Amino acid sequence: MKYLKQMMIILAVSLMGEILHEILPLPVPASIYGIVGMFILLYTGLVKVDQIKETSSFLIEIMPVMFIPAAVGLISSWDMLKNSWLSYLTVTLVSTVIVMAVSGLITQLVIEKGGKTNE
Amino acid sequence: MNETLSSSMFFGLFLTLAAYMLALRIKKRFNSSLVNPLLIAIVLCIAVLLLLNIDYETYNQGAKYISGFLTPATVCLAVPLYTQLDKLKKNFRAIMAGILSGVIASLGSILIMAKIFGFSREEYITFMPKSITTAIGMSISREMGGNVAITVTVIILTGVFGNIICQSVLKLFKIHNKIAKGIAIGTASHAIGTSKAMEIGEIEGAMSSLSIVVSGILTVILANLFVRLY
Repeated sequence: MKYLKQMMIILAVSLMGEILHEILPLPVPASIYGIVGMFILLYTGLVKVDQIKETSSFLIEIMPVMFIPAAVGLISSWDMLKNSWLSYLTVTLVSTVIVMAVSGLITQLVIEKGGKTNE
Repeated sequence: MNETLSSSMFFGLFLTLAAYMLALRIKKRFNSSLVNPLLIAIVLCIAVLLLLNIDYETYNQGAKYISGFLTPATVCLAVPLYTQLDKLKKNFRAIMAGILSGVIASLGSILIMAKIFGFSREEYITFMPKSITTAIGMSISREMGGNVAITVTVIILTGVFGNIICQSVLKLFKIHNKIAKGIAIGTASHAIGTSKAMEIGEIEGAMSSLSIVVSGILTVILANLFVRLY
């Protein structure tokens, strides 16, 4: 029952996210309302970490599996991409590496400059 | 036989789980960060569909129940974020500077490459939201006049690619701070990258989760400026 109860809380917050997404005219997806909503619930103490701990760890652990169906769907997009796939792929890959390097290096630089340690 | 396979909702579900389990075993066997279970599972699923001549819609009848848990799973990312709140507060400036510079690097590098490759304005807009979470990226593409279907494809590709290469890129650029690692992964490759960051460690995962939210919002704002440059 413990896991069902935990799942119920998580689903309630997800549902709240979808309702907010429906009624607010912002380009914000349900999952973002949900993560912010859950954070507020935890921060205010309305939900304790212990009340959702095991189920949330499980869902986070299996998250990679949830991306498989969408990625398999790429087989249906091939027709759209086949004419310019090389330039599309280059832009995608190069900019991903650039963003990762820039955001990581700047974060690290500012942390080290501030003399604050990691731990 | 083929009929039964493809009409059962359990087919897509089973294939997805089986492919991932097999991919995990392959990873264990080779024990290298270059062997990426997510990529292997995707390739295995595609190979099975092509071999058995089953179309994507049939597969997705079952598989959609797995993707349906993405919103609840994303909601759960609030837990590590809350647990690591002290680190977030203590390094707030560095974190915000990192994410903002990443978003600018994303929009800027796409702008430059779009010019090099002679992209149309529609193609440029299509690529602008490639590093952020799918739902926000789709709405940016739709509202500004991009091709939403290609945007979704590119976003997923970016995520899978980020998931595969993040450890090598972080090593190459000597990014060793745990907070910086998480910010780098999340800003560049949204939730798909974050699932890797969660495997690396709790701090990395928490910071990567935070980056999904912040970079999504910053991209909505900055895309409006960048679209005028093309």
